Amino acid sequence: MNKKNTIRAVVALTVGVAIIAIGDAFLGPFAVRILNLSAIYIILALSLNLLNGFTGLFSLGHAGFMAVGAYVSALLTMTPAQKSMNFFLTPIVPWLDTVQLPFIVALIIAGLCAAFVGLLIGAPALRLRDDYLAIATLGFAEIIRVLITNAQSLTNGAQGLKAIPKYSTTWVVWGAAAIAALFLVMLLRSSYGRTIKAVRDDEIAAEAMGVNVFRVKVTSFVISSFWAGIGGALLGHMITTIDPKMFNLILTFNILLIVVLGGNGSITGSVLGAIIVTVLMEALRFLDMPMNLVFIKTQGLPGLRMVIFSILLMIVVLYRQRGLMGTKEFSWDMLSAKALLAALKPKKRGERARKGGR
Amino acid sequence: MLRTDSVSMRFGGLTAVADLNIAIEKNEIIGLIGPNGAGKTTAFNMITGVYTPTEGKVFFKSHDVTGMKAHRITHKGIARTFQNIRLFKDMNVLENVLVACHLRMDVGVFASTLHLPGYLKKERESKDFAMSLLESVGLADEAAESAISLPYGKQRRLEIVRALATKPELLLLDEPAAGMNPQESLELMDFIVRIRDQYDLTILLIEHHMQVVMGVCKRMYVLDYGVTIAHGTPDEIQKDPKVIEAYLGVE
Repeated sequence: MNKKNTIRAVVALTVGVAIIAIGDAFLGPFAVRILNLSAIYIILALSLNLLNGFTGLFSLGHAGFMAVGAYVSALLTMTPAQKSMNFFLTPIVPWLDTVQLPFIVALIIAGLCAAFVGLLIGAPALRLRDDYLAIATLGFAEIIRVLITNAQSLTNGAQGLKAIPKYSTTWVVWGAAAIAALFLVMLLRSSYGRTIKAVRDDEIAAEAMGVNVFRVKVTSFVISSFWAGIGGALLGHMITTIDPKMFNLILTFNILLIVVLGGNGSITGSVLGAIIVTVLMEALRFLDMPMNLVFIKTQGLPGLRMVIFSILLMIVVLYRQRGLMGTKEFSWDMLSAKALLAALKPKKRGERARKGGR
Repeated sequence: MLRTDSVSMRFGGLTAVADLNIAIEKNEIIGLIGPNGAGKTTAFNMITGVYTPTEGKVFFKSHDVTGMKAHRITHKGIARTFQNIRLFKDMNVLENVLVACHLRMDVGVFASTLHLPGYLKKERESKDFAMSLLESVGLADEAAESAISLPYGKQRRLEIVRALATKPELLLLDEPAAGMNPQESLELMDFIVRIRDQYDLTILLIEHHMQVVMGVCKRMYVLDYGVTIAHGTPDEIQKDPKVIEAYLGVE
């Protein structure tokens, strides 16, 4: 990195921190919530991107690992009083009744628990490939959800948990997002990270070069589960109520959407995608309200926002098949006039077919 | 160095390779030839652990490596290239070689993620080693270029370099001259002999280009429909009636 880019990076970082600080101080509670939700979605998108974009594993089990993280962290931080208030149908198991750990400790344990579940699921499921892996992980995520629903004395079942301590402040979630991003950048730039990308590009060649493909896949799956658990825990501590229904396929799909939109295999793409999607989901809410378009007056069409959102997504996928960033990372050179012109010019046919065909 | 003891590979009712007995001594360059579909690549896949032979055993430096996982076999010191080039397409030339360096680095996921001093040292050594390999085959100037943007001949050479980066003792080359013009094939012959001497290698190669095989191989095995029909020096092979029959057919 040259000196000019270092200065730019420092400036960009300072501006980023300043925006978050100003946002945290002056925005209303609703806007702050969107700001923080962006950070949580950054963590979740990054962890899914490690699998889908960098290891080439199509997993649909993310919500399951988030659920594990959210429940573990919630149960470990709630006070005994809050627990007895929640568990009014069936009392909580005795060994969890009085446990109350500091938030950071609980958060890390939540991540580790999710990682452990990832190991249990990954070891058998990662023998499968492509669509079969997607179906298997989807199935396992549903199993986790059903287990949580039925483990009444452990998780309070379908009632979910309420009054979870609100630890997910702006600085906590953005700090966690920064650590997650830094962790992934360092991992993927390392020698081990290269083997992860080698597995994505060509499993047979990677194996022939001495890469233990199965081990790399499991490692990647476990790391991804860890961060999914952290993300899930932070989400729980932000909205303060969780229930099993929250962690369904739709949640996984939302994260997948961010990853695809931002660019499968791009860290900066996931960061951008998470912010754009989270903000747009709320910004487009006016579409659901009654509108007065001079000639047409609508009564309010609930769901119109999702229609528009889908159309936007289709436009992106049609014109930029590999997402906003592709597999590239953001660099300052991208902002030069020449690079912007090149990005606007349609790609040659052959090139597009080749790139689209992987 | 390498010995296969009556290895056979059956896919259902089809016998791809039957009773293959190969013996290779250190520093030899041995050819494996035969018409299309003769089972040459299957033989490679059995030696490198992609397939487990249905019968027979494979010995490498008198150790039984039959049925060992492919990456374990690479650890033991057998490296290979592929008939249809298999480079890591989203990586540049240097990174392609560095992936192969990883197995001799012996660093775990946490040491490399946290960039611990021990890891950084090994990473620097790997980079130097990879660059020296690239330099020795004239690819150093292209180190930062995307691997698949290289011209075909250079991609083939990069595949060989990548295999060399695993520090093998036995190198298996699957049709290294495929798609090359006569001039490039001649250069390749020199190149194969040169890396053998420079890196103290033993080489087994599959090739259709008769000029290349006859030029560099001391001995060769001829396969047809999975059966070894001949074995000997280039001169012997050229005169062998069975080989002539398999290649040209008889009236």
